[in-house]
Amino acid sequence: MDILANLALGFSIALSPYTLMLAVIGCFLGTIIGALPGLGPSNGVAILIPLTFALGLDATSALVLMTAVYYGAMYGGRISSILLNIPGDEPALMTTLDGYPMAKAGRAGDALVLSGVASFVGAFLATLGLIFLAPLLARVAFLFGPAEYFALYLLAFCTLGGMASNNQAKAAIASCIGLAIAMIGVDESSGLPRLTGGNLHLYDGVDFLVAIVGLFAITEVFFFIESHGKHSSLGVKLDKVSIPWKDIIVCRWVMLRCSVVGFIAGVLPGAGASLGSFMAYMSEKSIAGEKGGFGTGVAKGIAAPEAGNNAAAGGALVPMLTLGVPGSGTTAVLLALLMTLNITPGPTLFTENPEVVWGLIASLLIANFVLLVMNVPMVKIFVRVLQVPPWVLMPGVTMISFVGIYSLSGSYFDLLLMVGFGVLGYIMRKLDIPTVPVILGILLGGHMETALRRAMLLSDGDWTYLFSSPISIGLWVAAVAGFVAPMFLRNILKKPQRVTD
Amino acid sequence: MKYQKLKVMLLSSLLILGVSGIALAAECIAPANPGGGWDFTCRQIGKVMYDIKAIDKPMQVTNMAGAGGGLAFNHVVAERNDDAELIVAASSATTTRLAQNAYAGMTADQVRFVGSIGADPGVIVVGAKSPFNSLGDLVDAVKADPGGVAFAGGSAVGGFDHLKALMVLQRAGVDDITKVKYISFNAGGDALTQTIGGFTQAMTGDMSEVVGFLKSGDVRVLAVLTEERVPGFDDIPTAKEQGIDVVAVNWRGLYIPKGVSDDTFKMWADRLQKVADSEEWKKVMADNGLAPFTKVGDDFQSYVDGIVAEVRTMSQKLGVIQ
Repeated sequence: MDILANLALGFSIALSPYTLMLAVIGCFLGTIIGALPGLGPSNGVAILIPLTFALGLDATSALVLMTAVYYGAMYGGRISSILLNIPGDEPALMTTLDGYPMAKAGRAGDALVLSGVASFVGAFLATLGLIFLAPLLARVAFLFGPAEYFALYLLAFCTLGGMASNNQAKAAIASCIGLAIAMIGVDESSGLPRLTGGNLHLYDGVDFLVAIVGLFAITEVFFFIESHGKHSSLGVKLDKVSIPWKDIIVCRWVMLRCSVVGFIAGVLPGAGASLGSFMAYMSEKSIAGEKGGFGTGVAKGIAAPEAGNNAAAGGALVPMLTLGVPGSGTTAVLLALLMTLNITPGPTLFTENPEVVWGLIASLLIANFVLLVMNVPMVKIFVRVLQVPPWVLMPGVTMISFVGIYSLSGSYFDLLLMVGFGVLGYIMRKLDIPTVPVILGILLGGHMETALRRAMLLSDGDWTYLFSSPISIGLWVAAVAGFVAPMFLRNILKKPQRVTD
Repeated sequence: MKYQKLKVMLLSSLLILGVSGIALAAECIAPANPGGGWDFTCRQIGKVMYDIKAIDKPMQVTNMAGAGGGLAFNHVVAERNDDAELIVAASSATTTRLAQNAYAGMTADQVRFVGSIGADPGVIVVGAKSPFNSLGDLVDAVKADPGGVAFAGGSAVGGFDHLKALMVLQRAGVDDITKVKYISFNAGGDALTQTIGGFTQAMTGDMSEVVGFLKSGDVRVLAVLTEERVPGFDDIPTAKEQGIDVVAVNWRGLYIPKGVSDDTFKMWADRLQKVADSEEWKKVMADNGLAPFTKVGDDFQSYVDGIVAEVRTMSQKLGVIQ
């Protein structure tokens, strides 16, 4: 068994007291970074890169520390999603939908433990996928051209309608706002700026982190001010923290399915963890149907996106290591770290630097176990956040949001933009329009447009090019099915639903 | 217990602030997100400078992405004009954009270009299964059907990778270069993946972007755009050898604010020269497919002035700008 021998090599590198200590520190820092709004895995890892130089770490130790931070941040993002309804980073967005209602119902501890377990399952399966399938999966990227990517993003948007349970039109409006915001910036296909008003700060478009923190954290602060803190959603009752075995067992298939969905989304360059958690959540939602109660605080609604986004985090390492093409923002930073350490990722990495690859994989497995062990007992500490009086917590959240956003580009313009999004979020929530589709519009809209433009350029404007390969046809069928089929599907799937519930 | 979480939060934010402020000595701004060429320049040059003790504290790297480097340029011109401890990563993309007036009216003479110590040779690449075996084959195909060959590249439309393709085709005698398709990608790696997948027929980029795929046999480099063959890649012919005289290298260098003293300018030029002469840097170049390209101080400034003028004329001729 080659793989076992390689793994042994990896563990022999990664399993020293020193590297284990680095993994623990990395996991801890990562969890906190992930939990803070505005600081996600990508800027968390970027901020900590100088630390690896300052400490004079060698390649393997640096990688262990950074991947521990990466996985840690993916775990940590859920904490503020669940406790405060403020996603700690973009992949944790979908976790707010069910995590926060569950916390409101007094089950914050259960939600955190369950999401921790789901994160573990997702990340663990993705790491296994990386071990066994990476060289094979790397070839998948060669099958995805502009037409296929367009169909993939279309699929994501077609399932968006089912997101808002009360009013589909409002969800559509919200995603159109998101799409419009995604249009801002220099148009890649012509090199000309659009909707920027000549402002250099808008040339790269609107960073989705600015939008997320504005729409969630700042909006939350506005609501807090409006109610003078009286009707604050905080201060919910706290039950004793125990391990919700029942929920975990109920969600076992959900976690497995979502890990697969997330992993695939992660493997495709550019799609990344957000698409992974989104697709995972939406597919589970349509399987569960109306009776599944997604959006009201059900266990499956928490397990699905968390398994999905952590699996995508592992999946995103596949194109990074095998093609040198980062699958997400964070892997782009890790790629930079590797190159700084004079390791060039690419098709020959697995054969030329086996000690790096397998050391990395071993450290991923270690980090994942450390995170599970660390996160479950730490839930008791996390839930204390709800006992912090709102007059302390809210200014704290505001401060961290401002610092986090300022760290993105070091420009005050982003801060103004963030406050602007806060106002938009306030108005939208007053009108009962969901804000999550706005973020997804910004996240995916630009990619979708670019893919379409490239496809049209390549085919001289021939629309049939979009249906020219089996993969794209398959995705189109899935997209159309995702748009119209949920109502039919629900009836068919009612039975298994009853059994698992 | 009440304030425990608060303490954790405060502690962690202090920790993060502390880490990011670890070295206040010298700062290198990479005008892009981590992972790109400018980030590479800052981190590698900073690391070697520290390793050979040209600076006494580790270089602090700041990523300031935006407007293709325009935001960082604006930041330096408007807010840091006399900061002696500031260097900014630059490359051919910087001068290309300055020449094409893509930085909202700002010009190359608003900063001082202090030096370049390596260059990434331009390459023209096709997938391993491509029918094109030489640059001549590719040019003939474009001549026969200008819209039939799509080029992919990691720079925007009108950017350096686009110009490379246009320059080669124009020099080869293709009449209607405006019909040639160019698909822009965020990074060279993406452009390459699409070319290997057969969605685009050729890719223009930098040598460092294709090294891994070249070794694995996924791509063929039809031509390298240098004066002479690149050491370590001796079997790859230059475009010049194939009768198309185009030289396009992506130099990796630095600029500093305009308002600093001549002594500061010289100090940074000397530091760069030390890096260029070091064994560490030679290893970095070899590992990353960079070719030696050392020009520092006034020498480099005049090279940049020349390049800006040349790209401006060329872009006008090619119809990229008015």
